[in-house]
Amino acid sequence: MEFTITNARLIDDQVVDVIVSNGVISEIGSGLNKGEKIDAAKNLLIPGLVDLHTHLREPGREDSETVATGSMAAAKGGFTAISAMANTFPVADTAGVVEQVYRLGQEAGFCDVFPIGAVTQGLAGKSLAELGAMANSKARVRIFSDDGKCVSDPLLMRRALEYVKTFNGIIAQHAQEPALTVDSQMNEGIVSSKLGLVGWPAVAEEAIIARDILLAEHVGSRLHICHLTTAGGVDLVRFAKSRGINVTAEVTPHHLLLTDDLVTNYDSVYKVNPPLRTERDVLALRKGLADGTIDIVGTDHAPHPTEDKDCEWQSAAFGMVGLETALSVVVKAMIDTKMMSWADLVDRMSIAPAKIAGYLHHGQILKVGATANLTIIDTNANWIVDRNRLASKSKNTPFEGMQLPSRVVHTFLNGKQVLSNGEIVNGGAVE
Amino acid sequence: MNKHLLSINDLSAEEAFEILNTASELAKISDGPMKKLPTLRGRTVVNLFFEDSTRTRISFESAAKRLSADVINFSAKGSSVSKGESLKDTAQTLQAMGADAVVIRHGASGAAQRLADSGWISASVINAGDGTHEHPTQALLDAYTIRSKFPQFNQSFDGLRVAIVGDILHSRVARSNVLLLTKLGASVTLVAPPTLIPVGVADWKVKVSYDLDSVLKEVDVLMMLRVQSERMANSFFPSEREYSRGYGLDITRLNSLSKNAIVMHPGPMNRGLEISAESADSHKSVVLDQVANGVLVRMAVLYQLLGGATLIGEVSA
Repeated sequence: MEFTITNARLIDDQVVDVIVSNGVISEIGSGLNKGEKIDAAKNLLIPGLVDLHTHLREPGREDSETVATGSMAAAKGGFTAISAMANTFPVADTAGVVEQVYRLGQEAGFCDVFPIGAVTQGLAGKSLAELGAMANSKARVRIFSDDGKCVSDPLLMRRALEYVKTFNGIIAQHAQEPALTVDSQMNEGIVSSKLGLVGWPAVAEEAIIARDILLAEHVGSRLHICHLTTAGGVDLVRFAKSRGINVTAEVTPHHLLLTDDLVTNYDSVYKVNPPLRTERDVLALRKGLADGTIDIVGTDHAPHPTEDKDCEWQSAAFGMVGLETALSVVVKAMIDTKMMSWADLVDRMSIAPAKIAGYLHHGQILKVGATANLTIIDTNANWIVDRNRLASKSKNTPFEGMQLPSRVVHTFLNGKQVLSNGEIVNGGAVE
Repeated sequence: MNKHLLSINDLSAEEAFEILNTASELAKISDGPMKKLPTLRGRTVVNLFFEDSTRTRISFESAAKRLSADVINFSAKGSSVSKGESLKDTAQTLQAMGADAVVIRHGASGAAQRLADSGWISASVINAGDGTHEHPTQALLDAYTIRSKFPQFNQSFDGLRVAIVGDILHSRVARSNVLLLTKLGASVTLVAPPTLIPVGVADWKVKVSYDLDSVLKEVDVLMMLRVQSERMANSFFPSEREYSRGYGLDITRLNSLSKNAIVMHPGPMNRGLEISAESADSHKSVVLDQVANGVLVRMAVLYQLLGGATLIGEVSA
C-alpha cells in the first residue's frame, strides 16, 4: 500500500510531500504523487505521540474503558503508541494478562498498545511479580509499575530495580508514601484546610522520589517517576540528573494547567491522584518540562463511569481522562506561554517517551526509512472540549467547555490512516 | 439571602446579623403564650441524617415544627461509602416526595454542597454538618449566644476576643466559627497542639497559639471543642492525660479567666478530657444556652430560606 501526504509542514517550517509505502516513509520531497493523495493543507507533520501512562481498564472494568475505546481515544489525540498500566482486574502481573492486553491492542488496530507489567503480585506490594516472564512474553514488557499504588517497601523497590537490569527494564514509580496519605483527598494546603478534606502533602511524593533516586544510584538501575506534581519533586529530579543518576520523570497535562483551588466546589471531576497542586507547583513543573528536567508528558488517562464520579467527593473515584485533550493542553500550558517550542513538544511527547520505553518504531525522526507513525496537527485551530464527543467510553474530563488550541487532524499507525479530519477510520488488525 | 445555607461564606455580615435579629424576635414570641407560628404551614422539611446526631436533628425538628412545617426524618446512616443508598438516589427520592428544604448531616466534607449543586434536587439545602468542613447553624447559634451575653457587641463583634481550643483540624464547628466570628469583627485565636492545627492555617484570619495558659486572661469567650479519643490512636497527641494537662479546661484555668468571660462547648462534652465537670457546670458555662438558642437560630434560618417575608410583618398581621 502506497500513498502521498502532500503539503505537510515540518517542524522547521519546510513544506514537503511524503510518500508512505508498506508502512514506512519511502520518499520526502516536493511534487511527489504516488497512490492516494492526502492533502495536509500545510498543517504540521510530526512523529506520532507516545504516552507511557494510560489506564485502559480491560480486563475487568470494561464499563469505563476497553482497549479498543482507549485506542480510539489515543488515535484522536494523535497518539500512535500508548502504554497500559497494570491495575486491571485481574492485575497485569503475569505473562497471560500482558499478552491479552497486547493482543487486544493489535486487534483494535488504532494505535500500538504496550502493556506495563505490575512490579508486585496483585499490586499488593508484598512480593515481586514474574517480571522476567512478562519481559519474555509476546508483549515484551520493559516498563513495570504498580501505578495507582506506590512500591513503598524500600527493600522490594531495591530488588525490583536490580532485577529488571537483566532485560534493561525500568521501574515506573507512583511516588506516594502511603503512611503520609491515609484517606487523603486533595493537596494539603490552604484549600484543604478550608474544605476540611484530608490532605495529600507534597512531602509524601518527595520522600519517595528522594529515596528511589538514591536506590537507583546505589544499584545502577533505571527509575522513572510517574506523574510528578510538586516543585520539590522537580528539584529532586534535577539534583539526581546532575549526579548522573539514571532517572526520568513525567508530568501530566492536567498538572501543567490546573490547580487545587478548583476543588473549592467539591466537584469530583477534579479529584485525581496525585492531586492538583498549587500555582507555584504548576509553574515549577512547566519550567522543569521546558528545561528537560522532566523528560516526558504522560496523560495518566484514567476513565471512570458516571456513577463513580456522581457522588460526594470522598466517595468519588480518583482520575481524569486525558488522551484526547493532552496535546492541546500542553500547547496551551507550554507553547502559548512561550516556554517551549514545537520541537520541544515533539521531544517530550513522542521522541523521549519512545526512547525511554524502547518503542523502536515510534518517536522516530521523520526521514526515509522511518516507520510511518505520524500525526498531523492544525496548529491554528481552536476547539471547545465537549465530553459527549470524546471517543473514550468515559466522560470525566476536567476540561469540559474549555477552549483549547491546536487540533489533531490525521493520525497514521504503521502506515495506515486511523484518523482522518478528526474522525476515526480503519480500525482492525494489520494484515 | 441565598437559597441554601451550605457554608458561612454564603452569608454577608449583614445577613448573619439579620438571622440573629430574627432569632431574637422569635425568642420574644417563644416567651409568649402562642409558641407556634403558622409561617411554614404546608411546607415540608426533611432531616436527612447520614450520621447519627440526635441533638442536632431534634433541634432542627423542633425548629421546623414551631414554624408549622411538616417534618420528615430520614435517617440514612451508612452512606454510599459503605455501599448503602447513594446520596444521589436519596436526594432524588426526596425530590419526588416534594421536600421544600433538606437539612443534611453527612460524614463527607462537601456533601451538602454536592447536594445543592448537583441538580438532583430543587429544595433549599441546609448544611447541618458535613465531615470536617462546616456546621454553619452551630456557628450562628454560638454567635447568638455570645451576643446575648455581651450586649455591647449587638451590632458588631469588633473588639470581641475569642479563643477556640482543641481539635481544629477535624472540627467543622471551628471552621464555621472562624469564618463567622471574623466576618462579624471578632479577633479569634486558635489554641491546640500543632498536630491538630491545619497546615494551611496561615491563610486563615486568626492567631494561633500552642499555649492555652497564655491566652486565658485575654479572652471574652473560650470555646472548647470536643476531642475524640481516636485521635490519640493516630498520634495526634500522646495520651488523654497529656492532652488534658495541656489543653483541658480545669478549675485552675477556669479561675484565671476574666470576670465576664464565658465558656462554650458545642457538645457532647467529654467531661474530664477537654473540660472538667466543675468548668462545664460553672456559672461561666453557657452550654445549655447554646442548646436552647439552637432551636431559635435554626427557626430563623428556615424562616429566611423558606418564609421570605419579614418576621415583623408576619407577627403584626
